[in-house]
Amino acid sequence: MIEITHYLCIGCPLGCRLEVEEDEMGAVVEVRGHSCRKGKDFAEREHHDPRRMVTTTVAVHNGVWARLPVHTTAEVPKDMVREIVRYLRSLEAAAPVERGQLMVADVLGTGADVVASRGLDAE
Amino acid sequence: MTRLAIRYDVVIVGGGPGGMSAAIGALEAGADRVLIVDREIELGGILNQCIHNGFGLHHFGEELTGPEYASRLIEELLDHRIDVATDSYVLDVDADRTLTVASPSTGITRVQAGAVVLAMGARERTRGAIRIPGSRPSGIMTAGLAQKFVNQLGYLPGRRAVILGSGDIGLIMARRLALEDVEVHGVYELMPHANGLTRNIVQCLHDFDIPLHLSTTVVGIEGSRRLERVAVAPVDENFEPDLARATEIECDTLLVSIGLIPENELSAKLGLRMDPTTGGPVVSSTMETSRDGVFAAGNVVHIHDLVDFVSQEALLAGRCAGEFATGRSRPADNIRLLAGANVASIVPHTISSDREHVVYLRVRRSMEKSWLRLGEVYEKRLRYVVPAEMVSLKVRPRFLENFHGDALKIDIVPREEPGGDDE
Amino acid sequence: MSRGSRLSTIEVGGFRLGRAGIANVTCATCAGGGERYVGVVKDVVVIGGGVVGCAIARALTHYRIDVALVEREVEVGFGTSKANSGIIHAGHHTTPGTVKGELVWRGNQMWQDLANELGFGFFQNGDLTIAFDEDELLTLETIESIGKERGVTGLELWGPDRIHREEPNVSKEALAALHGPTAAVVNPYEACFALIDDAVDNGLQLLVGRPVTAITPEGSHLVVHVGDEHIATRCVINAAGLYADRVCRMVGIELPIRARKGEEYLLDKRLSGIVRRTIFPCPTPTSKGILVIPTYDGTIMVGPTAELVDDKEDLSTTSAGAAHVFEMAQRLVPGISERDCIAEFAGLRAVAPDDDFVIGATRVPGFINAAGVQSPGLTAAPAIAEEIVALIADGGLDLSPKPDLKSPAPRPVRVSELGLSELEQLVFSDNRYAHIVCRCEMVTEGEIADAIERGARTLDGVKFRTRAGMGRCQGGFCTSRCMQLLSDAHDVPIHDITKRGPGTWVVCEREERT
Repeated sequence: MIEITHYLCIGCPLGCRLEVEEDEMGAVVEVRGHSCRKGKDFAEREHHDPRRMVTTTVAVHNGVWARLPVHTTAEVPKDMVREIVRYLRSLEAAAPVERGQLMVADVLGTGADVVASRGLDAE
Repeated sequence: MTRLAIRYDVVIVGGGPGGMSAAIGALEAGADRVLIVDREIELGGILNQCIHNGFGLHHFGEELTGPEYASRLIEELLDHRIDVATDSYVLDVDADRTLTVASPSTGITRVQAGAVVLAMGARERTRGAIRIPGSRPSGIMTAGLAQKFVNQLGYLPGRRAVILGSGDIGLIMARRLALEDVEVHGVYELMPHANGLTRNIVQCLHDFDIPLHLSTTVVGIEGSRRLERVAVAPVDENFEPDLARATEIECDTLLVSIGLIPENELSAKLGLRMDPTTGGPVVSSTMETSRDGVFAAGNVVHIHDLVDFVSQEALLAGRCAGEFATGRSRPADNIRLLAGANVASIVPHTISSDREHVVYLRVRRSMEKSWLRLGEVYEKRLRYVVPAEMVSLKVRPRFLENFHGDALKIDIVPREEPGGDDE
Repeated sequence: MSRGSRLSTIEVGGFRLGRAGIANVTCATCAGGGERYVGVVKDVVVIGGGVVGCAIARALTHYRIDVALVEREVEVGFGTSKANSGIIHAGHHTTPGTVKGELVWRGNQMWQDLANELGFGFFQNGDLTIAFDEDELLTLETIESIGKERGVTGLELWGPDRIHREEPNVSKEALAALHGPTAAVVNPYEACFALIDDAVDNGLQLLVGRPVTAITPEGSHLVVHVGDEHIATRCVINAAGLYADRVCRMVGIELPIRARKGEEYLLDKRLSGIVRRTIFPCPTPTSKGILVIPTYDGTIMVGPTAELVDDKEDLSTTSAGAAHVFEMAQRLVPGISERDCIAEFAGLRAVAPDDDFVIGATRVPGFINAAGVQSPGLTAAPAIAEEIVALIADGGLDLSPKPDLKSPAPRPVRVSELGLSELEQLVFSDNRYAHIVCRCEMVTEGEIADAIERGARTLDGVKFRTRAGMGRCQGGFCTSRCMQLLSDAHDVPIHDITKRGPGTWVVCEREERT
């Protein structure tokens, strides 16, 4: 059976509506709806292995703010984003923190580290 | 910081990305006594609460989170000798550029500035601005305030939220709340198109199955203590809601994300000439306002969609302020820019023919395939314009070599012929 | 305080108040039954902390008697008074032959002194009632003669030239205007807070956040049930506003009180100064119409609508209300635009039968009404308080002046009203006054700390005492800072800080912390 999946291109304000057509074996037959090469690449990437950066906060003890913003050092599989954010909720950093300081290495086996997005002084 | 000097070359009001970039510009221009005054407890402005990524591609050449972008600028400033007055507020600026600064650590201080850069940023429009009928329970706040609660103070605005307005802050907060397991019922947008970046529609809404309802708005608020429900209804082409088709949504939180307004209290005190279309002061190509030695940059001048452009505009403002304060100045502008077809606003308002300028435009309505025309001296193909994204135009001296007028109109008009790959 | 002239329009029946002393009663009506109450009998319990209740309580605490005030909301002034326009009426608009008509001019004359004494803001800006045609001019002449008969001073009819010289932004279509120079504006909640602060300083027992649930006669006393607490008293003053009917019913009296909603729209300070005086349209037999009000705080307010509603909690604003208000306001002052609206709100007026105040003793000994107080209730409030004092004296309460009366606390500092040198001096002694918390209205940490010390417990309490959060950004910037200051001062977590009392939470805790 032929399967068509739809994506919205994020490359530019045009927001092309992309279609990816797959054959019975799950191989991409055709990408349609794009206006440029970047759009086609995006569709294929979104189709096979959608990935996202994770940005969230963790609790911080004794900081000038109650929360410390953190992010992953690489994109992680899209369907792991929620799980990673939930996991990070259980952490508590302690001020002072330096920008880029490692919070979690290889978070949930994704290969991406979680680091502090900013430095945070102690209160 | 405990003491302020009596005199500075350049004093910058606001320590967000605009203010910090202006400071860097001023230092580059040779000003050696520079002061930034900011009302928050630290530099960085609103970027500190914008914990998501997507900043910096133009200015730093890499993708950064908001706090990283701010930290980069802060670190750059720390390499220089500069005074920073945080937790401080500029009460007043006189015509002779004397600023009155209030702060719990320094009390009331007057400082004299060779040049001033206004970089106060913007504030959010509120429920009152659009007069949503209904009661006044708790649970209604701007998306930016919710962002501060969630990302810095560590509280949630509620458990079941509706978001009004599809600007980027609204979309970003939809995802942020969803990630915190707040139930987000949907984003409602009065206009027939989303106001935020496509990237945010995909990554903030589609990724989390949050519906976006276009041409729909909140028409009622219920709840005598805490918000209990909102009524939403579709609107017609004149934005009149069809109340017969209104539906109710149970929720305890309504985040309002309906646009930003330049923060111009000080500009008003200074009596600056204002542009009603941008809500900010009229500026020359050096980002100087109608008052000598008072410059402005960033969202205080016009609302930007990317912080990178704020930085670039503010670097220029800071450089020119630094030059002014050290007794140098550039030739005066000789050409006014006028908004023509499908152009809502233009910054700067004037340019000079002797050097290169970056001009920022906003369009009134979306248009596919168009010409951007600068009078009759230059035209450029545009592939797609939307009101949510600023258009930038580099005006080079060679465009103007044979132009002898004093005003140029900028038009954005449909382009009929088949075009190849565009800029 | 001098006893004013007595009302001529109400019958004051003879009644005797119960005796002072120790109450030792068994309350048979309470759930569980047979609860015993022992305590000193209060002389007076005032029910309701709106401007009327506050004015009464304040007047009473100047005598050597024991007074309590019970308010259902968490702070005084949080009901009808909070949504009031803040106008001290000149005195000529109100119908003659009514209680309110008699009290309005008396009240008007008392406000300046009250403001001086208690140090709240008062500005005599005058009012102008506009006529657009000959018929309306006739009405103005009638109102003028009513006012003159009542003794209202300074009334004067102006022609177009004078109008436009004095108020250049009033419609050029105006044919004539009646000028009432005695009209003024106050900040109604500021007045409530000033009255209650002074009363508390002079011994008032203030119970807030607790509605009265029952009133039972016990011998010659009345026992006021406030939750689990029982307060025996010789006299109850019913100043419960919208809920005065409920309080009456507790003692078996029927007094229907209906709610008439008024929507008000607050405009950006950009329009400050567009008019100096309060601008009235020519009144019709049913309504004073939509006014343009330069508030004490320098903003322009337009409204109010007048619409009877069934739900006494219905404080909703409506699209129709907004459309009406702006249409009518623009007729008076064409420069007003709905684009300048920064906030809207609604208040509910307590409407008694015949649209008049109900002030006086009742067939229940010791139970006195100060009810049905709608416009011009703010103006009349000090005069109502005088009436109530006189009634209580009639009832046999010995009103000898308190010898050790405390002088009123100084008016809270308003940094936005200070000159630079005054501010410098103030900051020298307390640097919190150099810390701007609300940038739209220029409110400092010092002012907020002071408001909290004076009793603010909620965001609205801070807002209505200091104006923090009332400006054009509507708290977008200062809300979190005000919550932090409240949290620190009351030593409660941020998520327990409310907008205006139970049920009005602002933020909630993250789950992993609980």
